[in-house]
Amino acid sequence: MSELEELMKVFGEAGGDNSILVREDIAHFAASGNKILSTRVTQGLEIKAEETATGIDARVRVQEGTIIKNPVHLCFGILHKKGLQEIRMDIKFETGASAHFIAHCIFPKAQKVKHIMDAVVEIGENAQMTYSEVHYHGPYGGIEVIPKAVVKVGKNGRYLADFSLITGRVGKLGIDYTVKAGENAVIELIARVFGHGDDKIRIKEKVMLDGENSKGLIKTRVALEERAQAEVTGITEGNAAGARGHVDCMEIVKDSAVAKAIPIVNVTHPLAKVTHEAAIGSVDKRQLETLMAHGLTPEEAVDVIVKGILK
Amino acid sequence: MLLLEIKDITYRVKEKEIFSGLSLAIESDEVHAILGKNGTGKSTLAYLVMGCESYIPTSGVILFEGKIINDLKIHERAQLGITLAWQEPVRLEGISVRDYLTLKKKEIDPSLYLEMVGLSPELYLTRMMDKSLSGGERKRIELASIVALEPKLAILDEPDSGIDMLSIQDIINVINVLKKNGAAVLLITHREEIGKIADRASQICNGKIICSGDPEMVAQYYKSRKCEVCIAGVCAYV
Repeated sequence: MSELEELMKVFGEAGGDNSILVREDIAHFAASGNKILSTRVTQGLEIKAEETATGIDARVRVQEGTIIKNPVHLCFGILHKKGLQEIRMDIKFETGASAHFIAHCIFPKAQKVKHIMDAVVEIGENAQMTYSEVHYHGPYGGIEVIPKAVVKVGKNGRYLADFSLITGRVGKLGIDYTVKAGENAVIELIARVFGHGDDKIRIKEKVMLDGENSKGLIKTRVALEERAQAEVTGITEGNAAGARGHVDCMEIVKDSAVAKAIPIVNVTHPLAKVTHEAAIGSVDKRQLETLMAHGLTPEEAVDVIVKGILK
Repeated sequence: MLLLEIKDITYRVKEKEIFSGLSLAIESDEVHAILGKNGTGKSTLAYLVMGCESYIPTSGVILFEGKIINDLKIHERAQLGITLAWQEPVRLEGISVRDYLTLKKKEIDPSLYLEMVGLSPELYLTRMMDKSLSGGERKRIELASIVALEPKLAILDEPDSGIDMLSIQDIINVINVLKKNGAAVLLITHREEIGKIADRASQICNGKIICSGDPEMVAQYYKSRKCEVCIAGVCAYV
């Protein structure tokens, strides 16, 4: 079995749709470790990638006015027990471009694996990027994931990002995103993580609402069990008239898990407004009792609540 | 046939005695309304019967179909056929209305139950059970979920609160459907027009049932406002 077939086999087992590789109307880029396995582009999309000693350097362009109908799939992974993968991405959406990128990060056997994603993203005027990053980790917890991104969104641009790590052990996670919003830009950062064992989760997301009437939402949902630990920092700056931001963090803890939330709100313009809410605690007793009054066992009820907040 | 029997229960929180020798019996297809001033323990009675955490009688027994259920957990009581619609239903993130109505019975058609409470299935089945729903919408969905469970005993804690006057008929319809399906209903309400559809009613005062019988008679007794002068000592009107 080739490395690509193996990667896609794991992707399929995790619920992914393997047909994305064969369909000509769907763009994709797949890499295992520092090897580029497969690339397909569609009209208006440019991917220039090269292998480095420890990973991949990629330059991605969505050309002016291009609206890519089907999601663009990026598959990254390490199939071995040990390894390092450093991905450096330079992404630019030109004026009026629009696309949904889905990054599948696959590490099924990781026992001593490090995955670094370092992205610089520029979203042009009236452009829209939706970015979903879904991780499929194995049961060992021997993985360190460090996704870092600096995103600049132009006038009337939209950047919607959704990070999800709810399958398998997290290992060590250190998200660090900074997004700068121009005039009328809309930013949405959502992160969902389920920590088990001795997983360590650190999420730092910062939205700078620099443009007039820009809007930003940072929404984080974390569930922790056993000895897992999480620290979530959501920073929103309101630096222009009409800027509106909100930070919403919810963390559910079970067993000996420890959760911490640090919402930071910084407003430098009198006509800007930023709000925040954070809730950390065990599963809500009333929610639990309501589901149990519907006949669910305590274990089933907790499962429904946790899956709900991570959905 | 006797479905629920509450026998001489006492319930104390710290030094305060909420119930002192309260007894109540409900037949298997009976709608029984509970009246009483705020703070007399109507909701507490509901939680005691459902078995909510820390609501355990200090003394006395609760029997369901002849079996003592004092030590059973909520889900064990639910599995026997008891359920409760809270006065203020919770919101649940990431769970759709369809998921909620089919939590325990995957095979049912949830549309039927939404229509029963005056909500359009097209508009509501895919909605989330989170804060995007108003209190009234959430309340109606809770009532629909209770009917869908087909319980033997439905405890409805102020089903009318948060629902506008024009929609009271929807609640009455729900109670009638529960009854038609063979369920008993323990109905906690302040609305006379809802209380009137009960087969029997009881008034709680000073930790006891002080008046029980025909709903109109109990309502008249309650409306005579004798409780306004109650000093929570020995009730002069018992």
